[in-house]
This record gives sequence, structure tokens and C-alpha cells, in this order.
Amino acid sequence: MSAERTAELVGRALDVKGRSLWDDAMRRLFRNRAAVVSIVTLGIIALLAVFGPFFLAYPYDYIDYSVVSCAPDWWPDPSVLCNAGGTHWFGTDSVGRDLLVRTLYGARVSLAVGLIATLVSLVIGVAYGATAGYLGGRIDELMMRFVDVLYSIPYIFLVIILMVIFNRNFFLLFVAIGAVEWLTMSRIVRGQTLSIKQKEFIEAARASGVGGFGIITRHIIPNVFGPVVVYVTLTVPAAILAESFLSFLGLGIQEPLTSWGVLISEGANQMETAPWMLIFPALFMAITLFCFNFIGDGLRDALDPKDR
Amino acid sequence: MLSYAIRRLLGAIPTLFIIITLAFFMMRLAPGGPFDSQRRLPPEIEHNIKAAYNLDKPVYQQYFIYLGKLAHGDLGPSYKNKDFTVSEMISDGLPVSAKLGLSAILLAVLIGVTLGTVAALRQNKATDYTVMTAAMIGITIPTFVAAPILTLIFGVYGLTVFGYDISLPVGGWNGGAIRNMILPVIVLALPQIAVISRLTRGSMVEVLHSNYVRTARAKGLSSFQVVVRHALRAAILPLVSYLGPAIAGILTGSLVVEQIFGIPGIGRYFVQGALNRDYTLVMGVLIYYATFVILLNLLADILYAVLDPRVRYAK
Repeated sequence: MSAERTAELVGRALDVKGRSLWDDAMRRLFRNRAAVVSIVTLGIIALLAVFGPFFLAYPYDYIDYSVVSCAPDWWPDPSVLCNAGGTHWFGTDSVGRDLLVRTLYGARVSLAVGLIATLVSLVIGVAYGATAGYLGGRIDELMMRFVDVLYSIPYIFLVIILMVIFNRNFFLLFVAIGAVEWLTMSRIVRGQTLSIKQKEFIEAARASGVGGFGIITRHIIPNVFGPVVVYVTLTVPAAILAESFLSFLGLGIQEPLTSWGVLISEGANQMETAPWMLIFPALFMAITLFCFNFIGDGLRDALDPKDR
Repeated sequence: MLSYAIRRLLGAIPTLFIIITLAFFMMRLAPGGPFDSQRRLPPEIEHNIKAAYNLDKPVYQQYFIYLGKLAHGDLGPSYKNKDFTVSEMISDGLPVSAKLGLSAILLAVLIGVTLGTVAALRQNKATDYTVMTAAMIGITIPTFVAAPILTLIFGVYGLTVFGYDISLPVGGWNGGAIRNMILPVIVLALPQIAVISRLTRGSMVEVLHSNYVRTARAKGLSSFQVVVRHALRAAILPLVSYLGPAIAGILTGSLVVEQIFGIPGIGRYFVQGALNRDYTLVMGVLIYYATFVILLNLLADILYAVLDPRVRYAK
């Protein structure tokens, strides 16, 4: 075989892309109808949350006492006072703020809390779990014992105390929720690390002189990615729920800023006279939580095909 | 077995201790004392008030005073509800919360196990899919959404079935009258029903394929007997270890439910204490909850070992 021929064959072989674990997983995920519908729906909600408010006539904190508690009226009759300033697609709340723009702002806050809190829990959980699993022995036992202790605390109560003490600080809310959601993450990562560190490629890395930190960051963490991704998609809704729960009790986001929890709480107070104030935010939140759960289920099936 | 139980019980003490310490110092970190928000007091009076609550002493001394009192079951006076001690408030609210929570968990187990079993027996049929979809909805819809919506349907709009008005009261406790309990108990139980039915279905599907169930069928037992007397016993084992999380879930839910339905339980005290910065009350309830959850987890583990002879705990 000539050298040119070899080069050509090698070139062609390089063109043929191998299917990695992730390519396979993605193909399986996109064959899962519920997961795809969820991803699309979630994408639409996220786009609406980010860009929607720019296209609406009302700022989220614009109080208008002439349109207090207007029901949504989709085929408006301009002679009715409620429609004087334009259509309120989701109606208005008890001080005349447009509910659509508030629901979208609530989506911004809730999604942001969900994502940032999850990021916090991801960083803490992965670092902690990987360290414990890699070091093993006494240190592992001690670190995991600490997690066990924290596990037995009804954590939402701790978050409530944190929120009381630090005066409902917006950013602390992210951190507090994230800081209590990392426990399961660290257990998952530790379990994975324990099995991965027995593999040959870790031994090879160690033999070639890579230090402990390098092995954890370069070799272990990339390989625990699968279960972690699944758990992340399940942590986001949990964080959104936790934030809404706190806001519902009046311990989370403060007026005039809003979140789904705040809106649902207001809606629950007004539901006898203005049920739309409850229904729209509740619907948005329920759909979002559904989507995350379906995506999580889909990812798990996609990454772990032997379960099917 | 006994040594395992004792060891676990001893292990629970440091956990509780950590929680108390954490909660105590977190509260002391709080900017401002509990009496700052009121109108300005003359310095002498402020000093006297602080002395009365031991707030003038160094923090570590306050900590030991608190621990000492706690050892006698004294959770201190409520900062905001004058004339009440925290223990009094908790013992007021506890029977109410306990009745609510126990009813909810009973309902959840009864309905959850039934639904899960039915779904497992009709695996991959329409009934199965219906139950599991309903369970998915039950898990995703949070308590604070379910409560107002159910109230709206059954309380505010009211329902009339065959000429009977079956609308329910939307709030109040009324001394624990059954009519007043229906809505709060259902709302509390819903997410747990969902989880329990999923758990039961999963383990039931597995158990129904096992050899001893086939034997029971082969010797001619009716399928009711096979399911109830043979399969169910093994299938509800995973439920025992879910007991701890279930109780924690119901406690969390009770914060919302007691608030929405205006039920005078300890969950409402906790939320109001948190909103009013009534630190001693919040801390008292937290310690109470934590003890409860830890003990129940312990109980669940021991129960599991008793029920499942295959589980052996290392000495």
C-alpha cells in the first residue's frame, strides 16, 4: 500500500465520526417523545421569561388603580374600563398590575433561582463527593458521616431560619437553597468515584505522576458526569419548589419583585374574587416542574439503557 | 438487634446536638436583637429587658444557659407572645398538628398502597398508566398550589351531588371536626399518596414475578389471597424506609396547610415566629421537629430490620 493510499485511508477514518456515549445518549433522548416535548416547552417558557417583558406594554411594577382585579378579557370591548389602557391577557392583580408581565417576571426569578441554586449545589456536591470518594478510608467515612448528620435535619426549616436571620436577602436565597440541595449530589458523586478510581486509566494517570487534584479534576469528575446530569435536572425543579415554598410563606422574594411562589400566594388570597390570579401562575409553574421531571426521566433512560 | 438500636440511639444524640448548636449560633449571628424593631426604649429599661432574657451575658454563657434549660425541657419564653413560654405554645399546637399529620399519613398509606397494587396488577395497561400519570401530577403539584385549588373547587364554588351540598369549610379547626379536617388532610396526603403508590407499584411488580408468589398461585389460592396475604407483605417493605422522608414531607407540608386553612398547630407557630423574628419560638419548634424526624428515621430503620429477616446489621 502506498503512503498516499494510507494517508487517504487515515483521512477517511478521521472523517467517520465515532459515536460516543453522549452521541448515543442524545439520540435516545431525542427519540423520547415526552422529553422532547418537555425540552421544547421549557425552551418556550424560558424565551418568554427572558424576552417577553420587553414586548409588553406594562412594566412589572406599574400600579394602576383604575384596572384593579380585572378578569382576563381576550376579545376586549374598549368601552369597559378594564380595557381602557389595552388588553391584559392574564387579567390584573389587586393593585392593577398586569398579571402576564408579572407571571413572566416570576418565571425569570423562579428559573434563575432554580438554575443558580442548582449550580451552587453542583459545585459543592461534586467537589465534596469526589474528594471523599477519592481519598477514601477514614476521611471518606468522616465526610460522609457529616452528610448523614445534615440529611437528618429537616432542611427547609434551616433555610427558613437563614432567611429570617439574613433578612430575606435575594442572593442568599440562591446560596441557601443550593447549600442544602448538595447532599444527594455528593452521595451520588462519591459512589461513582469509588468505582471509577479502581479503573486502569486512573492507575495509569497515577503511574505517570499526576497528582491527586489532577486526577480528581481531569479524570474522575468528567467520568461521573452522567448520573450528575440526571440529578441536576431533578434538582432544578426542587430548587424552584423550595423558593416558591418560601415565597408563599412570605419568607422569600420581596415585593415589588415577584416569583411564582409570591404570585400563587397572592392568588390564593384572592381566589374567591379573582381566580385568574391563582390559575395562571400555578399553571406556568406546574408545566415547568412537569417538563423538568420528564427531561430528568428521559435523560436517565438515555444514559442508562440497561434499565429499559 | 438491641445493640444496634442502642448504638443508633446514641448516634442520634450528637446529630441533635449539632442541630441545636447550629441553630443557636445562627440566631445569635442575626443582625439586631429581638427587641430592636419596637420603639426606642430608655437605656435602663432596655438593659433590664436584656438582663431578664440573659441577653446581656456573653454568647457562650447564653449558649450554656440555653442548653441547661433545654435539658430540663424548658425552651424559654416566647420573645413576641408575652406571658407564653415556648413549651406552652408547642404543647398547645402539638395535638392539633399530630392529629392532622397522623390522619394524613394513614390516608396516604391506605390509598397509596391500594393504588400501587392495582397498578402493578394491571401492569402496562390503561389502569396502570392512569394511576402513574396521576401520581406524576401528584408529585409535581406542590401543596401550596393544590390547597388553594381544592379549596376553590370544594369550598368556595361548592359542589352539589344528587341534591346534597357537599361543600366543605375552607378554614378553621373547629376542635378537630371531621368536616374541617377533610380538605387539609387530603392536601397533606396527596404528594405522599403519589410517592407511595409509585413505590408500591415498583416493588409489587417485582414481587409478583417471584417464585413464592407463583407457588402460591399454583397451589390454587385465590388471586385476592395471593396478593393480600403473600405479595403485599413483601411489597410494602420499601415503604418502611420511606417512612422517615414521608414524615419530613408531611411536616414541611403542614407549614403551608396550617397557614392556608388557619389551623392552630405548631407549623403555623413556626411560620409566624419566623415572620415576627420570635427566635426562641422558631428554635424551639426546630428542635422539636428535628428530634421527631431523627427518632422516626431511627424507628423506620429498626422496624425494617425486624420485618425483613434478610437485613443484618453489622455488630
